[in-house]
Amino acid sequence: MRELLRHRLLWPVVVLVLLLLLNVIYNNGFLSIQVKDGHLYGNLIDILRFGAPLILVAIGMTLVIATGGIDLSVGSVVAIAGAMACLRISDLGDQGAVGGVLGAIGVALVLCLVLGAANGVLVAAIGVQPIVATLILMVAGRGLAQLITDGQIITVNSPPYKLFGGGYWLTLPFGIIVVAVVVVLTALLTRRLALGLLIESVGGNAEASRLVGIRSRGLTIMVYTFCALCAGIAGLIISSNVSSADGNNAGLWIELDAILAVVIGGTSLMGGRFSLTGTVLGALVIQTLTTTIYSIGVPPETTLLFKALVVTLVCLAQSPAFRAKVFHRRRRRPPAPAPSDEIDEKVSVAT
Amino acid sequence: MTTAGLRRGLLRGRRPLPRRYVPVLVTTGLLIAMFAAGGVRYENFATGQIVLNVFVDNAYLLVVAIGMTFVILTGGIDLSVGSVIALSTMVSATLISDGWAPLPVIGLVLLMGALLGLGMGAIIQYFEIQPFIVTLAGMFLARGLCYVINTESVKITDPLIVALGETHVPLGPELWVSPSVIIALVVLLAAIYVLQYTRFGRGVYAVGGSEQSALLMGLPVARTKMAVYTISGFCSALGGVLFAFYTLSGWSLHALGTELDAIAAVVIGGTLLTGGYGYLFGTVLGVLVLGLIQTILNFEGTLSAWWTKIVIGLLLFAFILLQRLIGARGGQAPPTPS
Repeated sequence: MRELLRHRLLWPVVVLVLLLLLNVIYNNGFLSIQVKDGHLYGNLIDILRFGAPLILVAIGMTLVIATGGIDLSVGSVVAIAGAMACLRISDLGDQGAVGGVLGAIGVALVLCLVLGAANGVLVAAIGVQPIVATLILMVAGRGLAQLITDGQIITVNSPPYKLFGGGYWLTLPFGIIVVAVVVVLTALLTRRLALGLLIESVGGNAEASRLVGIRSRGLTIMVYTFCALCAGIAGLIISSNVSSADGNNAGLWIELDAILAVVIGGTSLMGGRFSLTGTVLGALVIQTLTTTIYSIGVPPETTLLFKALVVTLVCLAQSPAFRAKVFHRRRRRPPAPAPSDEIDEKVSVAT
Repeated sequence: MTTAGLRRGLLRGRRPLPRRYVPVLVTTGLLIAMFAAGGVRYENFATGQIVLNVFVDNAYLLVVAIGMTFVILTGGIDLSVGSVIALSTMVSATLISDGWAPLPVIGLVLLMGALLGLGMGAIIQYFEIQPFIVTLAGMFLARGLCYVINTESVKITDPLIVALGETHVPLGPELWVSPSVIIALVVLLAAIYVLQYTRFGRGVYAVGGSEQSALLMGLPVARTKMAVYTISGFCSALGGVLFAFYTLSGWSLHALGTELDAIAAVVIGGTLLTGGYGYLFGTVLGVLVLGLIQTILNFEGTLSAWWTKIVIGLLLFAFILLQRLIGARGGQAPPTPS
């Protein structure tokens, strides 16, 4: 029991279950899943389907945050990927050609890889603070997306592309399958190989990891590239779902939702440890929250208020200082200053 | 003193000023070059009114960037400014259209901004949560409150506000500024005085230089950190009021992304994002550079609005590289986002 109470995935699960319960109270059939025309339908499937891009972006963000970084540019990358793919497809003679569509998707993803690598190089090789390095692409990337679409909304009419975000495969929405593949692959690569451990060690102390022989620079560049790739795939799903690319609004605020999902999932913003399961749960909590707000009839405008509340509560719950002050009335000297000492040590060693 | 120390001292003594002033000087050069290029390329560009118009259009951004400078000097960041602007325009417009007198409303809005900033500062300081995530929550909160108040745009028709928004204060033959510019300049002068000549101002630099050292020196670190977020909140609210003068409306989507403009202005103005180094004068130059980019793109006509973002991104990139190359403390990049 104690073990269970201290498990770090406990709180995201509790919140998710509470949200689902709330929905069931308002709508008894909320959990039911039906099969129509060989496709699965239901609120739970919808949550997964609309949450797919967020889960993808959050998975990439988790690894970046695990290295002690942050990537603010994912929203822009989402827009760029959609814009690039739609531009290439709209240039095709036959928009239904599978080869052409795959080519377009390939070009878009390669572009994302390049952008992500650029972020990584700025952070790892030039040594710019992650928040600033990715801020550049966040600002310029929106402009780039609008440049690609020429400020218009590009609409495409391509059945193969539509499948990516709006279609079904094996009774499931295709987006969910894409997400499942990415999540499983990431989990295998990071948890079955030493990769995850190495990433965590870079986040714990980049300089110390370098000294024990870990290529922390290469790893950092790799996670930023991976994050941009995830954002790119998410961008493809979003733009395919609506069969159009909007350089201005695609992926707007998704970086904040993704960071929120990661934080709710119990990954520390200081880096050094991460939980992919937690992140997926966190993203589902956010998507369920949005769905709940719509379904129980609270004005959707208040979504942001709820999110603000959730961020604050989750961060407070994770803050050692807050726990020390609120839960331990007895003044125990050592625990309180410990975190700040740790940070300082990290900074001084890294310089 | 050891030989190494002596040599370092001598080196520092030989060229103490250039290093600190290089970013500001580069920005000044850039500004002059941009203005000259504009003057050569377009007719009617190199006039006084063009410069004044940059001030008129960006008075609100200047005020917000001043608040942001305080926060960044301590090594923090405030992402909530854009939302607080929107909230301020929304609250002002709604209360005024409900029949409140404009002056108490403005007072109330400024108080609200300051309190919001104080609240965020207190959470950052006492619960040791990163400024980035706390102000992110503040950003959601303020934008969310806007939507709760009203999802539509609210017009302001109060004669005093309209007068403040539309008055042309003459400065000479065919030269004018708006009252907002004068307010912004007053705020700027007050901020420069506070930052350079008061104990609190020096404390801001000390906290940004090294929080641990400042604490050991007995400086009021907690009070300083909470105060800078309060100042930033106040400045954002005032920026919102000026924005309301400028647009004569309150809308929940006002000033979307202004936090990025403000941060960009501060960085282009030469303030180190790690804190401890920077000048408000640089921030003014940064705001002018952003404004002038907009003006030049307007003059160009064929170039579209998104080029603004790309150019700002490139400039940010260039100036951050510059900071890395010449910054006294630019050699340090904390592994954690701050």
